[in-house]
Amino acid sequence: MQLSREALLRAYRQMKIIREFEERLHVEIQTGEIAGFTHLYCGQEAVAVGVCEHLSVEDKIVSTHRGHGHCLAKGCDVNGMMAEIWGSREGLCKGKGGSMHIADVDQGMLGANGIVGAGSPIGVGAALAAKLDGKGSVAITFSGDGACNQGTTFEAMNLAVVTKAPCIFLFENNHYSEHTGFEYAVGTQRDIASRAEAFGMKVWRGDGTDFFSVHDTMREVLDYVRAGNGPAAVEFDTERFFGHFEGDPQRYRGPGELDRIREMRDCLKIFRANVTGAKLLTDADLDAVDKDALEAIENAVVAARAAARPTPADVLADVYIAY
Amino acid sequence: MAQMMYRDAVLSTIAEEMERDPNVVVLGEDVVGGMGTAGGPEAIGGIWSTSTGLFAKFGADRVIDTPISESAIMGAAAGLALAGKRPVAELMFADFIGVSLDQIWNQIAKFRYMFGGKTKCPAVIRMAYGAGYNAAAQHSQSVHQILTGMPGLKVVMPSTPGDVKGLLRQAIRDDDPVIFLEHKALYAMSGEVSDDPNFTIPFGHARLARAGEDVTIVSSGLLLGFCEVVADKLAAEGIGCDVIDLRTTSPLDEETILDSVEVTGRLVVVDEAPPRCGLAVDICALVARQAFASLRAPPQMVTPPHTPIPFARELESAYLPSTDKIEAAVRTALAWR
Repeated sequence: MQLSREALLRAYRQMKIIREFEERLHVEIQTGEIAGFTHLYCGQEAVAVGVCEHLSVEDKIVSTHRGHGHCLAKGCDVNGMMAEIWGSREGLCKGKGGSMHIADVDQGMLGANGIVGAGSPIGVGAALAAKLDGKGSVAITFSGDGACNQGTTFEAMNLAVVTKAPCIFLFENNHYSEHTGFEYAVGTQRDIASRAEAFGMKVWRGDGTDFFSVHDTMREVLDYVRAGNGPAAVEFDTERFFGHFEGDPQRYRGPGELDRIREMRDCLKIFRANVTGAKLLTDADLDAVDKDALEAIENAVVAARAAARPTPADVLADVYIAY
Repeated sequence: MAQMMYRDAVLSTIAEEMERDPNVVVLGEDVVGGMGTAGGPEAIGGIWSTSTGLFAKFGADRVIDTPISESAIMGAAAGLALAGKRPVAELMFADFIGVSLDQIWNQIAKFRYMFGGKTKCPAVIRMAYGAGYNAAAQHSQSVHQILTGMPGLKVVMPSTPGDVKGLLRQAIRDDDPVIFLEHKALYAMSGEVSDDPNFTIPFGHARLARAGEDVTIVSSGLLLGFCEVVADKLAAEGIGCDVIDLRTTSPLDEETILDSVEVTGRLVVVDEAPPRCGLAVDICALVARQAFASLRAPPQMVTPPHTPIPFARELESAYLPSTDKIEAAVRTALAWR
């Protein structure tokens, strides 16, 4: 299905916002201004956006430690996210969550997660809620090739099949679980989708560096799940441009690997080549989006720096305490 | 008031709340029982008879029979709660928190705080706990000391059918996650139960089961009844015991404990969990810190030893707190000035 000019521009802007958000964090983290652990989504933008462009706020997603892209694609406010990562009380979670725990339930974003594989069963629960409501909504759990080895993922897939929950297990295979290669850690030596298939689900596979591959695949997957066929799984092959965490020396990378994937497997470059080649958009159209996205991120950083800091009294708020 | 067994108080409260609120959902292993068998759905109806008949009444979307996948059960409860439902998840044995703890501890307990208070997580996690059935080391444990130590959770340990009714209804209506601990040896206990459909017992309010001015005994769950037996025996000798039923270990009703100790000057804490870093130590520390001047004897603890729970009848009996051990502790406290 051909996307409208507006839809193409919107998808590109979403991907570019994520890219600039992450590239800027990569710089800012090195100054020491941002506290804690951060895992960047750079390189995988086509997956988050290709998926979330199909979703409404009624559809839920559950994310991972590498969650900024999923959050932004699902509609979390850019300024609220930047402020959260800066630890401001004006952040989406009032500075209590940080990079690994950004959530916005009103947007259907049920949380990034610091525990690898923990999101899968949470997604099944959200899908069971959607099934009970009977309005055709779905839940999508994002997992990487690391989380696909967690028992929670296996339990969740089986539970979803047994209960016919409208849950989509979405695996982003970026070839690295932390600092360990897919070829070592995934014992089947095959793909992840075949595992899901073994649990009794219909599965799809796509190119996670190509927005159109993701978007077209997800249309089929979502049609299938929204029709009441139970869960499904989809695997996208993608690339991680940065380390597992910020500060990771990445000594596990091969010679020239990062330059090669930045050159050959960059979803933004691939999108640009596709849409300009097909004369759907011009370079000038996309350059204007680039400029706009850069400004939006600059504004978010300026706002985050100026945003109110939490106070010691905030420690005791938003939780039941016995004393 | 109606006469009812502890297990029936659990079942009827869940059924009443499901009737009242369409968002209440039950899930767990064998909560239907018999799925996929010749006997068919409800061939069992829950191994504790605490979900019997719910499936027939409310259907498969609200009474979700799960495979043996405790992490997935707890995770699904987390997702249901974030998506606006009120899940009542059953962990068949409390001992199984070991395989599902991440979802309870790192997810359910923390959502509201981590997400800046912008979401609630109204999940109830019911579990059968406690020793007395020679079920050995992995099917007999009291896990409240582990869960009470986790910020974000409320922990409830009812000791009577009447309290089950009021506390479980409060748990289901509560917007925070609640661990609801049901003692296996109490399921068949009968007692008076309110039939007011809105009867709730607020958390953090202990019950004074016996009143006296000589010794304060603090307990909960099954052992509360043991303490009552001891108090009644000592009353015949003219020794008066305050027996405080905590009802909830988080929140803890510190005020009732401290007020009592200020009168009696003597504290005996009776707990079914192991002694180290547990509830008994916690309450002794509370009294030492905040009622030091009132104390006329060192606080006494009656707990099992710091061992796994043994199997053989003689060994389990020796392991568990008993009325004799409680009475001895009370007399030790009384032997001081």
